[in-house]
Amino acid sequence: MAKSIEAVKGSNKAVGNRLAGTIAIFAFLLILGIFMALPIYLAVIMSIKPVHELFVFPPKFYVIDPTLDNYRDMFKTLSDMWVPFSRYVFNSVFVTVCVTVAQCVFASMAAFVLAKCRIPGGNFLNKLIVTSLLYQSNVIYIMQYIVMAQLHMINTYWALILPSVASPMCLFLMRQSMSTVPDAMIEAAKVDGANMFTICWKIVMPNQKPALMTMIIFAFQAAWNIQGGTLVYKEALKTLPTVVNQAATAGLARTGVAMAGTVFMLVPPIVIFMLAQKNVIETMAHSGIKD
Amino acid sequence: MEPTQIGQRSKAEERRMLWLQVKQNKECYLMMAPFMLVFLVFTIIPVVMSLPMGFTDFNMVQLPKFVGLSNYTTLFLNDSIFIQSIRVTLIFAIFTGPLSYVLCFLLAWLINELHPKLKTIFTLIFYAPSMANVYNVWQLIFSGDSYGFLNSKLLSLGLITSPIQWLTDSEYVLGSVIVVQLWISLGAGFLALRAGFQNIDRSQYEAGAIEGIKNRWQELIFITIPSMGPQLMFAAVMQIVGSFTAGTVAQSLVGFPSTDYKAHTIMTHAYDYGWVRYEMGYASAICMVLFIAMLVCNKLISKLLSNFMD
Repeated sequence: MAKSIEAVKGSNKAVGNRLAGTIAIFAFLLILGIFMALPIYLAVIMSIKPVHELFVFPPKFYVIDPTLDNYRDMFKTLSDMWVPFSRYVFNSVFVTVCVTVAQCVFASMAAFVLAKCRIPGGNFLNKLIVTSLLYQSNVIYIMQYIVMAQLHMINTYWALILPSVASPMCLFLMRQSMSTVPDAMIEAAKVDGANMFTICWKIVMPNQKPALMTMIIFAFQAAWNIQGGTLVYKEALKTLPTVVNQAATAGLARTGVAMAGTVFMLVPPIVIFMLAQKNVIETMAHSGIKD
Repeated sequence: MEPTQIGQRSKAEERRMLWLQVKQNKECYLMMAPFMLVFLVFTIIPVVMSLPMGFTDFNMVQLPKFVGLSNYTTLFLNDSIFIQSIRVTLIFAIFTGPLSYVLCFLLAWLINELHPKLKTIFTLIFYAPSMANVYNVWQLIFSGDSYGFLNSKLLSLGLITSPIQWLTDSEYVLGSVIVVQLWISLGAGFLALRAGFQNIDRSQYEAGAIEGIKNRWQELIFITIPSMGPQLMFAAVMQIVGSFTAGTVAQSLVGFPSTDYKAHTIMTHAYDYGWVRYEMGYASAICMVLFIAMLVCNKLISKLLSNFMD
């Protein structure tokens, strides 16, 4: 009897500990969350401050008289430059759509083959993809430039689009997700006379919606942030991030407009992420690298 | 004589079999072709090309001239800024690599304990900074005059008496950039770990409780980590890439070159020689060093993690 009372007490204590733990966790996350969110909050606040509030001393963390002037200025004054602002928006949207679509289509097909077909060289390619996860960065930028120059692609849309199309990370995520598709399903389709192309798009892909959404998110984020850099120096081909950065470094006078641009850059990825977040978490669960 | 003939015939046979297999699967190869072609031209060829390029003197106008190991000897023996950049990159990598990795892990773990609605909100908050190039906001925070948010707060609290030049004072440059880099470092690796935690079978914890596991800490060590090996590896790769190739953030925040080269990473050094001085051979040699460092780091971590995995 005494023993069981002791046990109940013990478990009560454990429950209490757990609750205290949860509160502590929440507090910790809240503090870190504030640190993480503060800069974004500031960007939003600064972007809706009227000019006379932007230069108040000391700088305020809130806005008294919110206005959309900065956003209007961003579209209007910047469109008086010799390349209209709408051109940058078009460039970014065009490049983003091309990269996202091409990346998803190409990577899905390649992932299907690598995950489900036993072909000579398949193993090697799988290893190659995992290794190249390390190289999907700006380290190869210089050599990319030389390749581009040889192909006469400098200063064209190709220079913005092509380097980002083949993303090993997206291929890898898709392959991991597809390898959970049962072989029997594919065999059955083969018996019915379907070719590999049909099997990929009609049978496997419809079941890969989470992975596809994840790929779209990563592709979109990468593409939306593409800056031509040295690959594109014609003003009419530059993308939004380049211009927003230029505006940001233009000095204090443009602060409001620069922040409006920043918020404008941040909203599309956030919206897309919110829409697809559940799918992303589901897919990333398969992301593990096994030797 | 006989055995070699047989050996040759079987080799020819093998090749024929292989060719048959390839022909049988030509549909598969065709489906891979678009991705692999772009991948080959814009990733593989550039990576492979930087190896021989590192042994040449190349300025993009004249043909590359073979110079043997001189690029590498100059790098390590005569280029004091490169040595400085290794130091900066290592400091960077230590903070944004392991620290941010642990942070990713810790946050993913803690978030997983919360209510589903809160999970979504916190995931978004932590992931948002890496979504777009929004780090120019930090220019307002670190602004060197008293209009900067950080300076004005510190001034009003009486912690400092005059504004600090966060982005140009050689004492603070590196610290400032590290803070910003940490801020944007919770990317794909963080999401992978988040997903890994989400996916762990709850019944394992119940079984664990019966076996005598008392608190969250023990759950983490004995149940969670062992079943998350692959995600841990993926996140590690992502963090390595992020921390070693850092440089663009620093360049746009503290200018190029930064005061006393205090935020001059290997990437920045490669940029300097590649795009400012057009010494492509030398820049390739710098990139090669970085490649090798990343590969070694990758191998080390996979060794380390394989101890934890089953």
